Amino acid sequence: MDILVCVKQVPGSSNVKVDEKTGLLVRPKKGNKLNPYDLFAIEAALELREQYGGTVRILTMGPPQAAEALEECLWMGCDEGFLITDRAFGGADVLATSYTISQGIRKAGPVDLIICGKQTTDGDTAQVGAETAEHLGIPHLSNVTRILSVEDGSVVVEANQENMIVKEKIQMPCLICTDSEVNTPRLPSYRRKKAMDDSLIHSFTLNDFEDKDNTHYGLKGSPTQVQKVFPPEKSTSRVMVEGSSEELAEKLGKLLSERKFI
Amino acid sequence: MMFNKLTKEDFKALESMLPGRVLDGKSINEDYYHDELGTAFGVPEALVKVLSTEEVSAVMKFAFDRNIPVVVRGSGTGLVGGAVAINGGIMLDTSIMKKVLELDENNLTVTVQSGLLLMELAAYCDEHGYQYCPDPGEKSATIGGNISTNAGGMRAMKYGVTRDAVRAITAVLPTGEIMQFGSKVVKNSSGYDLKDLIIGSEGTLAVVTEATLKIIPKPEYAISILVPFKSMKDAISTVPKIIRAQVTPVATEYMSQYVILFAEEYLGKKFPTHASDAYLLLTFDGNTREAVMHDMETIADLCLENDAIDVFMIDTDERSASVWSARGAFLEAIKSSTDQMDECDVVVPRSRVADFILYTHQVAKEVGLRIPSFGHAGDGNLHIYLCRDGLEDKEWEKRKHNAFKLMYDRAKEIGGLVSGEHGIGLDKRPYLLNMLGERQLELMRGIKNVFDPKGILNPGKVI
Repeated sequence: MDILVCVKQVPGSSNVKVDEKTGLLVRPKKGNKLNPYDLFAIEAALELREQYGGTVRILTMGPPQAAEALEECLWMGCDEGFLITDRAFGGADVLATSYTISQGIRKAGPVDLIICGKQTTDGDTAQVGAETAEHLGIPHLSNVTRILSVEDGSVVVEANQENMIVKEKIQMPCLICTDSEVNTPRLPSYRRKKAMDDSLIHSFTLNDFEDKDNTHYGLKGSPTQVQKVFPPEKSTSRVMVEGSSEELAEKLGKLLSERKFI
Repeated sequence: MMFNKLTKEDFKALESMLPGRVLDGKSINEDYYHDELGTAFGVPEALVKVLSTEEVSAVMKFAFDRNIPVVVRGSGTGLVGGAVAINGGIMLDTSIMKKVLELDENNLTVTVQSGLLLMELAAYCDEHGYQYCPDPGEKSATIGGNISTNAGGMRAMKYGVTRDAVRAITAVLPTGEIMQFGSKVVKNSSGYDLKDLIIGSEGTLAVVTEATLKIIPKPEYAISILVPFKSMKDAISTVPKIIRAQVTPVATEYMSQYVILFAEEYLGKKFPTHASDAYLLLTFDGNTREAVMHDMETIADLCLENDAIDVFMIDTDERSASVWSARGAFLEAIKSSTDQMDECDVVVPRSRVADFILYTHQVAKEVGLRIPSFGHAGDGNLHIYLCRDGLEDKEWEKRKHNAFKLMYDRAKEIGGLVSGEHGIGLDKRPYLLNMLGERQLELMRGIKNVFDPKGILNPGKVI
């Protein structure tokens, strides 16, 4: 079975601060790291490979240094990596990002199963996985907690849907997003790091894609325009609401509406 | 030693000193009858909760005048029966006395009350960009408790133990006199160092109420490696080579798959690898990524040259938590695997750690006890646990004593000592005498007598 895992390089510390005056992110000294949620996806993929054979490839989109994230995946045991990098992709919102990734996946070649993490620690949207699948026209499921089996060209999984656990059999090729804390990710191997073969990481630019229309990528392809980034106001006042999930949703909706947040 | 029992008048007097903070009889929670390991048992007549040095002074003066024994207690996380009121009397609880009094960034010290928890101190320092170097595994211990046993922890190899980090203490003598020992100075050649004498005296010489502690700017980078070896012998035999490599790891811990499996069950969480039966866990820190990576790679290469199966890198907070949370849970995990246990916190020269661990396997077979262990391979301090596993009282006592005797005798032969960091308390007294001999104990008793002529402070402990 050939698996592709989508990963992202994120700031090394999850406590990223925003400069109140400039609105710019204050980069922590810790550098960058692999998005912690992606580690569960990688582990799930490597466990599937152990059980069913095949390959685990990884794909990321980002500046040239995002190759570091791919290297780390190779040290964890993945087979090959793809870096999607081009100035034309800068400033992409969720829509443009997922479209770019879908183009990268097409370029990377046939795949049975695509696995993404739940979300990233910097963007936190949890939308890129599902949107990528939509661009590719394949079925998808989020919050997967267990991969039960692979049979008859389908993958059987359990997913946490807030108030119920669903069991789904999904025809491959398909895309799943793992929930967090679903396994204990293995650690990167120093032995593999030392034996690292740089030719296992390939770069794609806009010119490599099927769709070369630059208005579909980056800022130009993003309907979301960020006007300002600012730290949230801190307030310690709180309102306690009690009830069932449905009642809570209704009360919360009413409250947000009253306060003109929605 | 004959002490007075507390009378109604005594309770009244204590109550007037500490209104609402004096407990007696059944109002004292049974947790105060024992420590974490629960090998020693004693019921205090009064439990008093103090808030300041002055209050401690008032209680001590009262106890001294009335000839009533006093046992000081922090979080009660001790493992040798040190903070147990075996003679009744007053238990002086410092756990609500936990203010940070001063952060002195010019002298790089932080002054705290003795009831502050180690985890609270670490968080405070971290928040201000500093590090308090000692890192004992039990983070809910008080700093006063750490001082009383001279706790070591996992960074001892590079940064030393509690004694190395204490610049000054405020302590109350049994008479109630308040004393300052040491100061913020970095050097000190001014007579006998009474501060260092009180550190590690397990509440038998004076009551430590405040401490001025050395801090350092927090190292910017840290990376750990987890190194699986084919056998414990291979793992531990590599440690002397690491020590000789002219790179000083912050920590060098050893752990077996056997103990890791207990931690997995206890935490309900898988360890990131099951590659082998024996592991070394090392941490490196520094102020530049390049320097830290260089140190890490030097030792990683050395481990691979010495037949390590692999070297796994732990370079993010999440990875660190997945490994160090298991390491931090070993004691509790082993405890939950049996009905009762006792421990041996022996310390041996670092070159003999491998021999000693293998010897514990031999002892386990010889006396018929399960004896898991883990510990600080880098500083020679081992934590060896004797598990009762349902044995009858008599048999348990017999086998336990045999095992302790064999292990402490072997430690003595190879230049080791009874305790690396948990102290002597009540439980390890016979072994201390055997190890150090009568003359050394006599000198210690002489010191005790100078500080505490009536012997009211933690009687029956250490010496």
